[in-house]
Amino acid sequence: MDGPSTDKELILKLSGVSKQFGAVTALDGIDMEVHKGEVVALVGDNGAGKSTLVKILAGVHAKTSGTVEFGGKEVEIGTPGRALELGIATVFQDLALCENLDVVANLFLGQEVNPWRLSEIEMEVRAWKLLGELAARIPSVREPIASLSGGQRQTVAIARSLLLDPEIIMLDEPTAALGVAQTAEVLNLIERVRDRGHGVILISHNMEDVRAVADRIVVLRLGRNNGTFGPDATQEELVSAITGATDNSVSRRAAKRRGDTVEEGAGS
Amino acid sequence: MTDTQKFDRADTRVREDEGLAGAARAFFDRVRSGDLGMLPVILGLFVIAVVFTSLNPVFMRPQNLTNLLFDAAAVGLISLGVIFCLMLGEIDLSIGSMSGVASAILGVLWVNVGVPWPLAILAALAAGAITGAIYASLLNRFGMPSFVSTLAGLLALLGLQLYLLGNSGSINLPFQSFLIRFGQILVMPGWLSYLLAVVPGAVILVFGAQNRRERAAANLSAPSSSVVIAKAVSLTAVLLIAVWYLNLGRGVPYMFVFFVLIIAGMEYVLTRTKFGRSIFAVGGNREAARRAGIKVERIRIYAFMICSTFAAAGGILAASRLASASRQAGTGDVNLNAIAAAVIGGTSLFGGRGSAWSAVLGVLVIQSISNGLTLLNLSSSLRYMILGAVLALAVIVDSLARQSRASHGRA
Repeated sequence: MDGPSTDKELILKLSGVSKQFGAVTALDGIDMEVHKGEVVALVGDNGAGKSTLVKILAGVHAKTSGTVEFGGKEVEIGTPGRALELGIATVFQDLALCENLDVVANLFLGQEVNPWRLSEIEMEVRAWKLLGELAARIPSVREPIASLSGGQRQTVAIARSLLLDPEIIMLDEPTAALGVAQTAEVLNLIERVRDRGHGVILISHNMEDVRAVADRIVVLRLGRNNGTFGPDATQEELVSAITGATDNSVSRRAAKRRGDTVEEGAGS
Repeated sequence: MTDTQKFDRADTRVREDEGLAGAARAFFDRVRSGDLGMLPVILGLFVIAVVFTSLNPVFMRPQNLTNLLFDAAAVGLISLGVIFCLMLGEIDLSIGSMSGVASAILGVLWVNVGVPWPLAILAALAAGAITGAIYASLLNRFGMPSFVSTLAGLLALLGLQLYLLGNSGSINLPFQSFLIRFGQILVMPGWLSYLLAVVPGAVILVFGAQNRRERAAANLSAPSSSVVIAKAVSLTAVLLIAVWYLNLGRGVPYMFVFFVLIIAGMEYVLTRTKFGRSIFAVGGNREAARRAGIKVERIRIYAFMICSTFAAAGGILAASRLASASRQAGTGDVNLNAIAAAVIGGTSLFGGRGSAWSAVLGVLVIQSISNGLTLLNLSSSLRYMILGAVLALAVIVDSLARQSRASHGRA
């Protein structure tokens, strides 16, 4: 895909969204678009405003000014419930799963089928179908969450957010606590979520992960837009956009290490 | 995936535990990982029976066992209530006092004021519900730990009980009334008790077969019919033997059957309804429950109300057992016996784990020990010490099992 996609249906459009906490401006005139079947990565240093933006979209915080358009109409996302109603699901970093309940119970928590006589069989079948669509590798849905690995828990959390069939799913640092193989599994999962036609907003610190799955990379810096890149952007481009300079501690370090290896090569 | 591939057997890492041997293997795996289930209770009951019978043969006589069941129903009902609090990771320490207040309300309204006893019972239950709602509001509004609010409630309720009973100190309830006969005399006719003993097995067979059919239709694996039949047959055999033995003496008390029926109803609520699932979720991870849209505050209110209401109901059964409402009702070891029964039966003090059946099993253990010690003519000082040690032991087992479950990746 070449650069920003424009051929797919626009779901979410932010224009000039700002957020102030007292005298502090956390977000200042943010513009962002998310299309159907697209992974938009949101990157930035600590304090860049990623989490604030996510919380505004999840209905946790209210924006101070600017407009959010969802499906072509301007909307106010006042509460988390309203965000879910619109079709914006969020998977927070701590996942929020009940370890004492099994996978099916966690997937359907709060949305059980038939409240006065739980339809365990129907829920189990739907759980298997959903996990099957995501090609998720969960050995048994009748095991408590406590027995699952970190990647499997992430899978369950993502699957749960898909249960209401949202338009957009926001993932907050889905790979932060995972090993190499589990990270790859979650990245595959994100691609399959995209292929199902959902829009995905991915927040991550890991540039490699971001470039592996994102269709567009939106960089925030100190609460402002600081560039949008395609997945072919180089590490240097991203780092300089994130830190705001071409000469920064990361590039200096990289240059130094390159220098070291050259010297070692010359010495041997 | 082939057409015959079951959804839940697609992953090769899942071992298929087919048939009786498979069920046995799965059971041993569970026990090894710290998921003890009913095992400690059954072992405990066996040890208790052997020890007390060898010390005093009266213990195992059918008359004594019938007595034991009469006694068990009251504490058991209180224990059932506190399970709802324990499941949330909360506790209610005032259940004993609540049961005392309920018996006082019953005595005052029925005997002193002259209200018909069913209405007096309703008033007592309503007092329980209100008390529970107050505890939950203190927790929701002010973040007051239930440990503290119910400890305060323990004293306040005890005071209320003394105030209601006034100078007389105790009120005798009419001996000829249905309520007192229900609590002291009424046992089932033999044929009815045998009939009821067959019901649980029949229920297991019918619902087991239905479950197998539906799961097969939905392309899921189903427990093999041999396991279901073995369960039903063994349960029916145990119940028939118990009923036969009790019928050698006085028979099966209606009061105990009433208690077991309520337990079965509450087990359904806990395991098969959205409300029950919410209780497990709040006890397991409150924040996760809140984000899943569960109204945590409301669940707490219901749980505390259920707890105090059952405590009041237990107090009424206790009053009908003793045919009096006295200052001593609900004091002493009632509180801890009820909580200990829940924990011994397998409900965790740490929240998120438990079942209504744990009240039945636990109360049988506690009541057997209590009854056995009484038969030995031990002073109450020794009885308290021994029951205290049993409670400590139960909590230690719960704690150890929890650690083992954590290290084996089970909740």
